[in-house]
Amino acid sequence: MKDKSKNVYMVSGGVTKFAKATPEMDFRLRVKKAFDYAMDDINMPLSEIDGSVASYFSDHFQRQLMAGIMVQDYLGLTPKPSKRIEGGGATGGLAFQTGYEEIASGRMDTCAVFGFESMSHVNTWKGNEFIALASDTNFDYPVGGFYTGYYAMMAVRHMHEFGTTVEQLAKVSIKNHKNAKHNPYSQSPMDLTVDMVRNSPMVSYPLTRLDVCTMSDGAAVAILASEEKAFELTDHPVLIKSIGTGTDTMRLSDRPFGKVPLLPNEKESDYRDLKYPGIHSFRAGRTAAIEAYKGAGITDPLEELDVIELHDAYTSSEIQTYEDLGLCKYGEGGKFIEEGKSELNGKVAVNPSGGLLACGHPVGATGIMQSVFMFWQLQHTISKHFKDDYLQVNNAKRGLIHSHAGTGTYVTATVMEAV
Amino acid sequence: MTIDPNAKMPETQNGTEVYNTDPLTVKSHYEIDYIHSYAQDSEFFRALGKKKLMGSRCKKCGYKYATPRGHCMMCGAETEWFELPNEGKVHSFTTCYFGSEEFLPETPFNLVMVEFEGVDSLFMSRLIGASQEDIYVGMKVKAKFKRIQKFSPTDVYFVPAGDK
Ligand SMILES: [Zn+2]
Repeated sequence: MKDKSKNVYMVSGGVTKFAKATPEMDFRLRVKKAFDYAMDDINMPLSEIDGSVASYFSDHFQRQLMAGIMVQDYLGLTPKPSKRIEGGGATGGLAFQTGYEEIASGRMDTCAVFGFESMSHVNTWKGNEFIALASDTNFDYPVGGFYTGYYAMMAVRHMHEFGTTVEQLAKVSIKNHKNAKHNPYSQSPMDLTVDMVRNSPMVSYPLTRLDVCTMSDGAAVAILASEEKAFELTDHPVLIKSIGTGTDTMRLSDRPFGKVPLLPNEKESDYRDLKYPGIHSFRAGRTAAIEAYKGAGITDPLEELDVIELHDAYTSSEIQTYEDLGLCKYGEGGKFIEEGKSELNGKVAVNPSGGLLACGHPVGATGIMQSVFMFWQLQHTISKHFKDDYLQVNNAKRGLIHSHAGTGTYVTATVMEAV
Repeated sequence: MTIDPNAKMPETQNGTEVYNTDPLTVKSHYEIDYIHSYAQDSEFFRALGKKKLMGSRCKKCGYKYATPRGHCMMCGAETEWFELPNEGKVHSFTTCYFGSEEFLPETPFNLVMVEFEGVDSLFMSRLIGASQEDIYVGMKVKAKFKRIQKFSPTDVYFVPAGDK
């Protein structure tokens, strides 16, 4: 597919610091701040933007329909083309890929992808209800719809299948909150211990408060451009090398018990007795990885990726995602974190920003935030934007961003490269 | 035609709840009743009143769904109804100590994914009569039905099957 399309670059990005509530700004102003940061960083005038993609998840949070066009309007981008993309937690990842497609198709030379969510308009438990409405409302939601509950059942099955431990889950939380200490955009930087994670209030067994990300207000913007335009706008664009997307059944109960779709570095004999995906793994994540790796020519992801920002809405899903992305074999995710392979100075830095666990998860902004942090990593400008170079991954040449919805219902994987 | 420069908009006495004045933050209420049709899933909900748990089976490839669906995800063919066994096993579980606002008063509650012998997919339900420490993967459970039917998937729930 890629062969006939044009190269697409990211040329700038901006993020607002995510916070539990920011009533002094509405969603339009929040996006405007992230947008202006991105535009000012490369001195790009408004007239250079050809069109946009709006990324937000839920109309329930604000009870404002067509919020996407309101941002387009506020930014001064009317009457240029724009559309809204929605796909649960993966909304940002999907919107970013839509922006890529706008450029790759030759339709636009530049595209602003803006993401936002304003979750503070309702209390946390009402917010959880809105999120749970993104599960089948005939069979799943009425039973006690709660996303942490769904993920907890997946984690319990992962523990049963592979022997993953709650201490291993806690280590993900420790790593991401620790990384966040050097990210001024993060919301909850802190030093934790396994005991602190395990002793924080239980939300859904085995997931405690510190195994789960927080709902937030926030916005993020990525500016994408064609090859010709990218080098006109900046000396340091980042290539969006390939995109991959996978899907799975809405209901957890429908997930089949079949065979693992293999990556180039795996053999069928690795998984002789594994019934896949069941509810222990994310088939959509694996599907997205296969497509993205194929497009980027990656055959050994652990060796060929330097940095990853993945969707750690739950500590368990970070471990499951190591496996989906083929950083280790299925079942080895717990050991992968235990051995420090995903630490900042490990084999591959996973969520050096602190991820969703420490930055927060304003749904529509999240996937775009990941792209901005990745862009700065690959541009080697972390010190400029974070005012601290601690999190700059040495020699970061190639990275992957991963966005994830539902119980692994939509998953995107996008490979980006320094040029 | 009446031109009245002194026209006044009628006012009401119900006030606005203000949380904060800077930024000005007010309460905005919203509530709605939906006319929700279970459509092709209707039989499942009707059958719960007859203490029957219905799954669906693909007419073409025979794939069996514990949570029914009108058409098969494997081959696209239409499915037919069949009655599930009353007993199954816990495929996975959790205990929710917090929850969505609607279910918060019911916490803590147990969610289970139930597997049935010879059925290809799972069924999500509540498990009562066991606390978190008592539940394990593989535990035998049996379906029970509420006497007063609410036409909700919670008209059925599971309890430990005991030593049998
Ligand atoms: Zn079939």
